[in-house]
Amino acid sequence: MSAARPRLFERLISGDWPRSRVLALLLIVTVVCLAFAPFLVPGTRPLGVASRICIFILLAASYDIVLGYTGIVSFAHAMFFGFGAYGVAIGLSKLGVAWTSVFLGLGAAILLSALVALVIGLISLRVQALFFAMMTLAVASFALILATQLRDLTGGEDGLTFSLPQILTPGFRFLEEPLFGVRADGRLVTYYLVFTVALALFLLLLRIVNSPFGRVLQAIRENEFRAEALGYSIVVHRTLAGVIGAVMATVAGGLLALVLRYNGPAASMSFEIMVDSILLMAVIGGMGTLYGPALGAVVIVMAQYYLQPGMESLSQALTGLPLLPKLFHPDRWLLWLGVLFVVIVYFFPTGIVGRLRENSAAGRRR
Amino acid sequence: MTALKSRLGDHDWAAYAVLPLFMLIALPLVGNLPTWLTLTVAGAAMGMMLFLMASGLTLIFGLMDVITFAHGAFISLGAYLATDVVRALPGLLEQPGWPAALTILAVALTAAILVAGLAGWLFEVVIIRRVYGSHLRQILITVGGLIVLQELLIVVWGANPIPVQKPAALRGSIIVAGAAIEIYRLVAVVLGIVVCLALQFLLARTRLGLLVRAGVENIEMVEALGFRVKRLFVGVFVAGTALAGVGGVMWGLYQGLVTPAIGPEMMILVFIILIIGGMGSVGGAFVAAILVGLMTNYSGYLTPKLALGANILLMVAVLLWRPRGLFPLVKS
Repeated sequence: MSAARPRLFERLISGDWPRSRVLALLLIVTVVCLAFAPFLVPGTRPLGVASRICIFILLAASYDIVLGYTGIVSFAHAMFFGFGAYGVAIGLSKLGVAWTSVFLGLGAAILLSALVALVIGLISLRVQALFFAMMTLAVASFALILATQLRDLTGGEDGLTFSLPQILTPGFRFLEEPLFGVRADGRLVTYYLVFTVALALFLLLLRIVNSPFGRVLQAIRENEFRAEALGYSIVVHRTLAGVIGAVMATVAGGLLALVLRYNGPAASMSFEIMVDSILLMAVIGGMGTLYGPALGAVVIVMAQYYLQPGMESLSQALTGLPLLPKLFHPDRWLLWLGVLFVVIVYFFPTGIVGRLRENSAAGRRR
Repeated sequence: MTALKSRLGDHDWAAYAVLPLFMLIALPLVGNLPTWLTLTVAGAAMGMMLFLMASGLTLIFGLMDVITFAHGAFISLGAYLATDVVRALPGLLEQPGWPAALTILAVALTAAILVAGLAGWLFEVVIIRRVYGSHLRQILITVGGLIVLQELLIVVWGANPIPVQKPAALRGSIIVAGAAIEIYRLVAVVLGIVVCLALQFLLARTRLGLLVRAGVENIEMVEALGFRVKRLFVGVFVAGTALAGVGGVMWGLYQGLVTPAIGPEMMILVFIILIIGGMGSVGGAFVAAILVGLMTNYSGYLTPKLALGANILLMVAVLLWRPRGLFPLVKS
């Protein structure tokens, strides 16, 4: 009996142990906090932050399949995220408020994402991984233009506001009495829907990267030439990884639309989301580990919400000094994340998780 | 005769033919000669400004095998310097006549070359130098660098757009064969051609250019022969960022409104140019920049708002025909 349990857990995480006590602790804390977030910190705003963390964990992890496990940089990940969000948004606002609209919209978005990812991969990966970065940048900006121009479908710059199926609305009560002091309403249902889907897909991603297919991806990343010599097609594997990442990002986008009850270009598709969120999360957390981008998502989302107030007070404390108040102005939070990003790429190319694992491995050797 | 034949044979005529063919195909689509002429000059002018931005990047890639996504920030820097110069010389701005206009332009370009070049030197030493040889880390670190540089631009010049006026003599247009052609665009075309010729001369006829070309073909050999490759790298990077600054000055004055994103916005077209022209080739960038400039203007006239889509289609078409671009670089 006692041996069966760890084995079950081991299968759940696909044998991909954190391999560092600190990392294991951080992950447990993250999962527990997210699982009980509505009860630990009641209120609308903390619930919004928690949902956002769940969604970006899935998004950053899906990006890691492309960036970390295959070693190619895509700038189109926010585009797929946006497809998902627009799919759900358009479904709910044009086809009527029902679960079928959600699934139809999301299904169409997934198909579109898979197709676009396939075409981009087949055209650009044939040449050079470098082309992939530029190609995705071009395609993503074109998609962004389309999203703002097809006003009838997407609502243009203003985006779409829509209603949710009744069970997800704040007015819906599934229990008359509050649950541990929290109103048992549709918001709670939405949160746990997001949490469950994000967790399940994260575990699926773990399964994928630890499968033989995932090993081939890593082999290609480490040495393209040798992997090809062993008979693995680089274009096919990389393109497939791109498609998987794109589909997962699309689902994450759908979840975002459900949480926000709104979608617009800036909310899901913009380059701010791509670079300032997704890329930063994956790199700061640690590329090619899946756990890393997940932790990165926690760090960056928290920073986006809570760094600015801190900088506000710092900036005020520095008034009177030259230049410094401007550098620490709350609107300049991105400057410091950018500096952190550069420093991490330099000194800790494996990110937080890589660093923790190295420390732990060094400790064991001693 | 054989010498002539081999000289002709060296050139890839199919690739050269793309540009005139493209212009001819557009003529019946636009349907009206004066409009076509206006669009073509506007496209060529935009292409020249794009070439100024792209030439530096392609040089850097060709020699150093470094791809930098931060290039856009240096374009923005050039544009902001143009606003400062125009503000600092209010007397000359409104003064009619070419000497005043050219003085302003010369001062702005010099400032851009100096400041953007200096910033580029710092960027090379602090950031680029440590990531030679790894494209993945180059892309990542220069994206980070782009974020930091763009934020620093905001710290210095503020987040609000800054309006900037062209010098008096460069406003307005002249009528040629029934087509209205903006004077500023002609100036941009002339500057672009001058820079392209100067670059070609530098690369083809000077000792420095010889070294750069040798470095593009085989960097280890140049190093083995005792030349300081690192110094060459820094020089090319500084030249590349200075060119981005020049492009930024021209583009900023042309747009009339300078924002922190003015450069990064252009990077998508610049990358398309690099891919179409063949990464690392200066001549290829020249042809591709004009192609993209023309495509933007023709398609902007025919199907407004979808100009970028047309450029992407152009890029895909070229890639399917020539996977390495029109004028691929030969590396040993």
